[in-house]
Amino acid sequence: MLHTLAALVENHPGVLTRVAGLFARRAYNIDSLSVCQTEDPQLSRMTIVVNGDDQVIEQVRNQLNKLVIVHSVTDLTTESVVNRELALVRIKVSTETRSEVLQTVDIFRGRVVDMGRTNITVELTGDAEKIDAFVNAIRPFGLLELVRTGKIAILRSEV
Amino acid sequence: MNAGKKGLRGATILLQALEKEGVDVIFGYPGGVLLPLYDSLLDSPIRHILARHEQGVVHAADGYARVSGKVGVCLATSGPGATNLVTGIANAYMDSIPLVVLTGQVVSSLLGTDSFQEADITGITTPITKHSYIVKDAREIPRVVKEAFYLAGTGRPGPVLIDLPKDILAMENVEPFPAVMNLRGYTVPGKGDSSKINEVVKLISECRRPVIYAGGGVIAAGAAGALRSLSEKAALPVVTTLMGIGCLPHGHPNLLGMVGMHGTVTSNYAVDDCDLLIAVGVRFDDRVTSGLGHLFATKAKIIHIDVDSAEISKVVRAHYPILGDARLVLEEMLDGLAAVAVPDVTDWWDRLHVWRNDHPLKYDKDRLTPQMVIQCIGELANDKTIMVTDVGQHQMWTAQYFPIMHPRNLVTSGGLGTMGFGLPAAVGAQIARPDDLVFLVTGDGSFQMCIQELATIVQNNLPIKIVLMNNGVLGMVRQWQKMFYGERFSGIQLHSNPDFIKVAEAYGIHGIRIESLDQARSAIAQAIDYPGPVLLDFTISPDEDVLPMVAPGKAITEMLGR
Repeated sequence: MLHTLAALVENHPGVLTRVAGLFARRAYNIDSLSVCQTEDPQLSRMTIVVNGDDQVIEQVRNQLNKLVIVHSVTDLTTESVVNRELALVRIKVSTETRSEVLQTVDIFRGRVVDMGRTNITVELTGDAEKIDAFVNAIRPFGLLELVRTGKIAILRSEV
Repeated sequence: MNAGKKGLRGATILLQALEKEGVDVIFGYPGGVLLPLYDSLLDSPIRHILARHEQGVVHAADGYARVSGKVGVCLATSGPGATNLVTGIANAYMDSIPLVVLTGQVVSSLLGTDSFQEADITGITTPITKHSYIVKDAREIPRVVKEAFYLAGTGRPGPVLIDLPKDILAMENVEPFPAVMNLRGYTVPGKGDSSKINEVVKLISECRRPVIYAGGGVIAAGAAGALRSLSEKAALPVVTTLMGIGCLPHGHPNLLGMVGMHGTVTSNYAVDDCDLLIAVGVRFDDRVTSGLGHLFATKAKIIHIDVDSAEISKVVRAHYPILGDARLVLEEMLDGLAAVAVPDVTDWWDRLHVWRNDHPLKYDKDRLTPQMVIQCIGELANDKTIMVTDVGQHQMWTAQYFPIMHPRNLVTSGGLGTMGFGLPAAVGAQIARPDDLVFLVTGDGSFQMCIQELATIVQNNLPIKIVLMNNGVLGMVRQWQKMFYGERFSGIQLHSNPDFIKVAEAYGIHGIRIESLDQARSAIAQAIDYPGPVLLDFTISPDEDVLPMVAPGKAITEMLGR
């Protein structure tokens, strides 16, 4: 099963290599990985989506925690979280399809960020399912290019 | 000279930082980028031991660390110097040996340009170091050194590498930052969870067929005393890994011997049949479990005590995981045990005694055999003797037959199985404990992998007794080819071996050749009495096997040569 791990790591050169190298040599399968700075400039946050059963995930967490540059690892899978991906999608359009494409973009609350004579580029955020659904919906019109980030996630606040 | 000079040279700051960590000896090999450091070394009280190859440098630091319990320090130049350390770093990493490895690096401005003698050593060693640094600012040296020693020596020990560009070492007038550690991502487990320990104490009190399975972690944690008390208090039988030899003195009635591929039959049967396995400082290595974790101690509840959370349940699922320092956990268990009844293990010991009587370690006594030689050394040496081995058949015979009486008296490459480790490790061991008798048992394959270190022995007047098990073949490989490849011997003949006595003499080392049983005892006695280094070249049969043996892929109860 897919697990989403959030790791706080030191913001140094070489940190990504250490983490990526660990996954490679222990043959853990990364589904997606995104890295960004946090509110603390000395720390980066890695959101890692990794595939494995509970025992594998426990190993991944323990091995990550062993790295001196890793400050904490949280498994967000069973937590209540907001998670998002961002996609940029270039779609083929013609005079006949343009309005229908734009309508679809609208339904998914996407935004047109670039427009050419024969294609448009759309920005879309959402969870993985929403982006998958959008991609499926516009595929018949002609999917020219798809760029997608890995997942980022944050815990929901307690109310 | 600059009259207003306040600071120091980078290299001097480094050496002073090492001194603050209590370093009295560095094993090293110089080179271009280390010139500023070697210059500063002349003014430092730290002793420098020059090996003859960087592999010798790192193995010597490793041997030093193993017998002293201190952090070993080694030094090599950039590029090939650094890459020659790689095997030794991996060796120390696998056996959790604390090392601080210093490497020179090309000047910062040339980094990443494929300059002369440049190698990305921090990148190369990432998977085999606990942590590594490349120093980009000379003022950071005191902090980096302090952190490196702390990381190397605490928690699960291991090698830490510091890469030092030449300009950092050569920089003059440096006013360093204070040595304040900043390791927010690193915690050292201390005491175990008391409620779990109480649970475990209750389990021990109620069990009927317990076994303690003790490894190198017991020795690293200084927990051998606590382990012995625990074992004696509740009459708990103990099996050890190769790295755990010395947890209990050889011959202790509760010690069943080594477990695993070349363990004793009793140990393997005991693990298979026990109802409670108390695993301490072990990692269920495939040389113990045969790589069959699911068939290991299947009748038992498993307690796993370790300082590294990633080892717990990695191979065999622990029912009672306890993260913590082995000594503190075992001491707390002992305290707890005072309040409960000790388990009734009489029937269990009856069964163990039957196995022990039926399946002793055995060898042919009327020929010159390596087992006999090792046992004879054990009879003639004293109980403080340090035994260093190389890797192969002789290593297993030593583990089986040499009486190790104290922790840190066996020096052997366990996890990585590095041929060539022995000779330089013996150098480090003798430097660390100059007053103790150091024996090296090696084979004619292993010996030739670092034979150049004979010069280091002579240069430093180290009275190491080298026991060469000379059978003209790569014995362990030959044994496998004999047993599992239909005697199709391939690539194992060491034809054209040199005359090792002459080699020894060429280096200025006294050599004795022993070809028959009746010469063995007196030759060993002579070597012990001789004030300097000695090479004892024993001619042994290539047909000698290490037995008993668990064949690859078989459960540990299915031993050959029972």
